[in-house]
Amino acid sequence: MQVAFTLNGMPAQLEAAEGMTLLHALRGPLGLSGPRFGCGQEACGCCYVTVDGEPRPSCALPVEAVAGRQVGTVEGLGTPEAPHPLQTAFLAEQAGQCGYCLSGILVSAAALLERNPDPDEAAVRAALEPHLCRCGAHNRMIRAVLRAAREMREGVPA
Amino acid sequence: MNLAFGFPMGKGGNAPDLPGSLRAEPRLSRWLRFSPDGHVTVTPGKVEIGQGILTALAQIAADELDVAPHRVRVQPASTPGSPNEGVTSGSLSIQESGVAIRHACAEARAIHLGVAAQRAGVAPAAIRIEDGVFTRADGMVIGSYWEQAETVPLDVEARGDVPPKPATARWIAGQPVSRLDLPDKVFGAPRYVHDMRLPGMLHARMLRPPARVASLIELRDGPLPGDASLFRDGNLLAVVASEEWAAEAGAARVAARARWDVQESLPEESDLAAWIQAAPAQRSEVERRDDPAPDAALAVSALFQRPFIAHGSIGPSCAVARWQDGAVEVWTHSQGIYNLRADLVTVLGLEPERITVRHVEGAGCYGHNGADDVALDAVLIARANPGRPVRVLWSRAEELAWSPHSPAALMDIEATLDADGMLSRWRAVLRGNGHSSRPGRAKDPTLLSSAYINPPFTYPVAIDAPMAGGGGGQRNAVPGYRVPSLDVSMHRLLEMPIRSSALRGLGALLNVWATESVMDELAELSGQDPVAFRLRHLEDDPRAAAVLREVASMCGWPRISSEEGVGTGIAVARYKGTGGWCAVAAEVEAAEVVRCRRLWIAADVGEPINPDGVINQIEGGAIQAASIALKEAVHFDRLNITTDSWEAYPVLRFSEVPAVEVRLIGPRDAPPLGAGESSLGPTIAALASGIHAALSIRPRAMPFTPDNLAAAME
Repeated sequence: MQVAFTLNGMPAQLEAAEGMTLLHALRGPLGLSGPRFGCGQEACGCCYVTVDGEPRPSCALPVEAVAGRQVGTVEGLGTPEAPHPLQTAFLAEQAGQCGYCLSGILVSAAALLERNPDPDEAAVRAALEPHLCRCGAHNRMIRAVLRAAREMREGVPA
Repeated sequence: MNLAFGFPMGKGGNAPDLPGSLRAEPRLSRWLRFSPDGHVTVTPGKVEIGQGILTALAQIAADELDVAPHRVRVQPASTPGSPNEGVTSGSLSIQESGVAIRHACAEARAIHLGVAAQRAGVAPAAIRIEDGVFTRADGMVIGSYWEQAETVPLDVEARGDVPPKPATARWIAGQPVSRLDLPDKVFGAPRYVHDMRLPGMLHARMLRPPARVASLIELRDGPLPGDASLFRDGNLLAVVASEEWAAEAGAARVAARARWDVQESLPEESDLAAWIQAAPAQRSEVERRDDPAPDAALAVSALFQRPFIAHGSIGPSCAVARWQDGAVEVWTHSQGIYNLRADLVTVLGLEPERITVRHVEGAGCYGHNGADDVALDAVLIARANPGRPVRVLWSRAEELAWSPHSPAALMDIEATLDADGMLSRWRAVLRGNGHSSRPGRAKDPTLLSSAYINPPFTYPVAIDAPMAGGGGGQRNAVPGYRVPSLDVSMHRLLEMPIRSSALRGLGALLNVWATESVMDELAELSGQDPVAFRLRHLEDDPRAAAVLREVASMCGWPRISSEEGVGTGIAVARYKGTGGWCAVAAEVEAAEVVRCRRLWIAADVGEPINPDGVINQIEGGAIQAASIALKEAVHFDRLNITTDSWEAYPVLRFSEVPAVEVRLIGPRDAPPLGAGESSLGPTIAALASGIHAALSIRPRAMPFTPDNLAAAME
């Protein structure tokens, strides 16, 4: 079955087999590496993407469910040449250790700042609650999200 | 090239006296090489496991050579391309690899300067190095590492007589530096072994049996999705396909078609302590001192218990292997590539030269997890599919339930105070499985699937390193406090129903908590402030006293809370008795469950190469320890481990993570010590102490859940 959707603003299309999740499609035929496999049970946050702007896990979502919709991944946030303020802030705060959880966390943080440009610490923690980090870099990540929010509001390059 | 500048070729006799890992590999060319295009490649045997070691090693090299950091390329370890530095573990990478690279770079620099000086007819001391370019006193450029790269051979043994720069001359080692690996990780670029895509690569998923001890008795035929096919070797099953979804879907189908004969082999979890007490064990003395001890005025006796604990890496273990022409290449996030190779040699019956092991980063690694195991899985399936690279990714269930686990244990302590309130006698008896099942150290392999193939291997029972090597279960079992009469012994179990191995901190998780709890109890019984009481016993260890004083000042000790159910505890330890010092204060809030609100941490790790990296590691270790202390226990029935999902094995989440403040103190010019593991034991101990301050309960069993705390009240 052919499935077509918009991926990071560009048209994407693939032949989807039964049992293929959105995560399989993104990491397989679509060639991305940002969304990561962590549990396959929507329980850890590593595979988060946005679907029509809403953050959600991709590891158990059949790929056909996103036909015709807008899918966003960490690759769509920014590049080393044109980083998203969150990516700049995560580097500035050195907010990570192994980094495996970061793709999903950045996607959720970006969605948070879209709907709430001025979150307090509790709002950041709540937005990141679906995400596990085993290295213990949580506090740095919270600081990085607050820093990016501040810099986006003030229009200052992060 | 004439190398007669006071640098004769090594005689091979220097190694025993050389610093760090130069002892294992004295040849300079095995550690670094310059290239004419303006780079220096450093080739450590230690690996990046999320701790930032690549960056710290690059800082050390840049500093010692006087080149800009961006010119330093740290090559991922491989056999045979890297020195054999054993395992990246025990917070030893700076002490072993960092010190080797510092000295190797100092010698390489001196060799290069010698050549440049002879050519220019000046004394080496008259040459300045700026970003790798050699300049005479009059400003004339006379060469560079890059120009001399191909003519100055470094294929000589280190002599050990070129001192590295004094600490005061360092300009980048000791500065907070951004991690080299982090940009890829925030942009989602391929960097992990999970992201490898080789032409023609196959994907595989393993199928584990429903019990630890099981034999396959029937496997019904049936269709598989896509081009998926079955792999079978004895009781080891996998599904292989050219697309990942098909391997995953196929594995689920095959699991439903398999029938197993299963045997009960695990102990009764509800009476774990009884099993630990009854299992056959080997006793050994850890430390004993029989100085005359004054009469006891009061005594404390307590038994502490910890459960099996899981690594819980956020990314399941993964490996890629390619079998071609009777040789195999494997890409792995193993912590010890040579040790892994040794076990692969045993399982495969191949010559070591026919196995190449290459390190590629994985998700966070906190000890001996499934990385080595999945490498064998990939190799076995690659052998059955020659010419095609095979990528095996474990499931979440395999990662949580089939990786090696940090073993359960009991620690029994009796201690007495004399009439002056000073420790007079300390007796500690430790009992549990060993903390190392790492590969490459025994006749038989320790790799998971080796026990399921035909013919099967039998895992060696986990061992403990001797104290001189940092110890295993007995790590930090000897208190760092002055006591005249001391008797610490351990009983390592000789049966291992649950594969046990190293997890960050090893025995320190239990032993620091048990020791510090007894210290708190003795202080309370004798009416002494717990900080003052400890300081009275730390006169021989001023750096321990300093971190304890610092953390007391950071948290405002004594911190008496007016809120009900809130209390602050404090603890200190020197990791392994030979590593970094760390003191922690923990503010605890005990309502329906115990929560940690805040942690204050003071640490002394000697010279911090990358202070921001050290702080990140210390805070991360403390948060992981809070998770272990408050929430974590592996559960099992008689057949298998049942905590095989995040739902069954919860860890600390964003809403539960405490605020953390870390201060580094101590002499910055002292030898660098490890950082990554020093905060775990003191954090668990400070939480237990905080629980007592909040609830007047002394926890006796980890984790500090309502059930375990209720049991401690009885």
